[in-house]
Amino acid sequence: MIQTQTYTIKHTAAGSIKPVINIKGLHKSFENTQILKGVDLNVKKGENLVVLGKSGSGKSVLIKCLVGLVTADQGELKVFDTDITKLNNHQLNTIRIKIGFLFQNSALYDSMTVRDNLSFPLKRHSKKLTNKEVEDSIIEALESVGLKKAIDKMPSELSGGMRKRVGLARTLILRPEIILYDEPTTGLDTITSREISELILSIQKQYKTTSIIITHDMACAKLTGDRLVILKDGVMVAEGSYEALEKSNDSWVRSFFI
Amino acid sequence: MVISLKNGFAEAGNVTLFTARFFREVFKPPYELKEFIRQCYTIGYKSIPLVAITGFIMGLVLTIQSRPTLAEFGAESWLPGMVALSLIREIAPVITALICAGKISSGIGAELGSMKVTEQIDAMEVSAINPYKYLVVTRVMATTLMVPLLVVLADGVGILGGFAGINIHSDVTFYRYFSQVLSSLEFLDIVPATIKTFFFGFFIGLIGCYKGFTAANGTESVGKAANSAVVTASLAIFIIDMMAVQLTDLFF
Repeated sequence: MIQTQTYTIKHTAAGSIKPVINIKGLHKSFENTQILKGVDLNVKKGENLVVLGKSGSGKSVLIKCLVGLVTADQGELKVFDTDITKLNNHQLNTIRIKIGFLFQNSALYDSMTVRDNLSFPLKRHSKKLTNKEVEDSIIEALESVGLKKAIDKMPSELSGGMRKRVGLARTLILRPEIILYDEPTTGLDTITSREISELILSIQKQYKTTSIIITHDMACAKLTGDRLVILKDGVMVAEGSYEALEKSNDSWVRSFFI
Repeated sequence: MVISLKNGFAEAGNVTLFTARFFREVFKPPYELKEFIRQCYTIGYKSIPLVAITGFIMGLVLTIQSRPTLAEFGAESWLPGMVALSLIREIAPVITALICAGKISSGIGAELGSMKVTEQIDAMEVSAINPYKYLVVTRVMATTLMVPLLVVLADGVGILGGFAGINIHSDVTFYRYFSQVLSSLEFLDIVPATIKTFFFGFFIGLIGCYKGFTAANGTESVGKAANSAVVTASLAIFIIDMMAVQLTDLFF
């Protein structure tokens, strides 16, 4: 059994706030491979939590469990005090509307323009909105990611960084309270990665969101993370601020920061 | 052997569940009417040239090929009726359905397969939109309604092709040809043949959607989904046709 090491947390102010995500003893295996072996995790309101770990350590599975894309084998997954493992599909959907998910490859709908990509979820969940209100929301979401000019473009005409921004705008349009980022800077150059990291921070300030950011990019982790956790072989092995983990006694934990 | 048998049963179970889900979702609001109409346009309207050309050629070739045999018996005057019957009862429905399996089923398989692989289906799910309803129900409904219409088109154009084929060797007026065609057709030639085309359409859409929706993760699986959609849909068409013909034979 690996003991979780904890280090000083940068934003101690978050300590007294109630967690919006509460994971206890999460287990998940695929066929004969056990991916998550009892993960415990709390995320407080307004906090940016960065999850680090090697490829295959179960980071993506962890956040997919949170939105019900992957069904957990065992454990408690509380989001807004509701255990999502016990919900039916309809109840799960009411929670999902409050959670934004930015996919690794942005997952924009290829057959739709940027405008349609954004209006697609909005029109289905806010049926009373007039066309003008929908258009205004689309423009507002695109402005907050700095991409208003791409409104009539098809996803195939966008660069990797632009796709990430549009993907983020699409999650923002439903005004989520939690945003889950699955490797937001993977495959982008250093400058674009930094821009995306800064965007994550500005979104957190503007929309007061709580975020879980899964990344390999230490620059992104340093910039965006209020708190970092490290997963190894399906369990959480370290937790703390960037600075604290950087000076860890454990050479394996330190190796992430080299 | 045991594993492949087990996989076969598992696959059959999954297809059944997938089909059952269609019937559960199809009547439940909200209805994706706009997407359904868009699919009807893509599946139906965009297939018109292909189906019309093949329909015309089927009629033409069938007439030219049948003429010598009928001429041997001095029964050339039966040619319009025979061509119309063969076309309407069997050839136009099956050939059109096979063309649709190639064009539509593979298209749906590849489209949904690539959506699955690039996580677009997951993206719909996490934004609390039912991807099955938006992607599968609309497409299956569209194929179920459009394939019969395409078959009717192929019937009509095929009969015109037959007229062109007859006029290569003899001189028959269009009115005479058409009245011979109509007089040889009965209600029972048209109805069972049309009913089976709804089943063809349903399975063309369903198999394409199933293969795409269940594609594994990886670009390779997109090609596999498209390919296996065509093969399975084509096989399904022949099996449905065999069952439909036997049922028609039994009851009428």
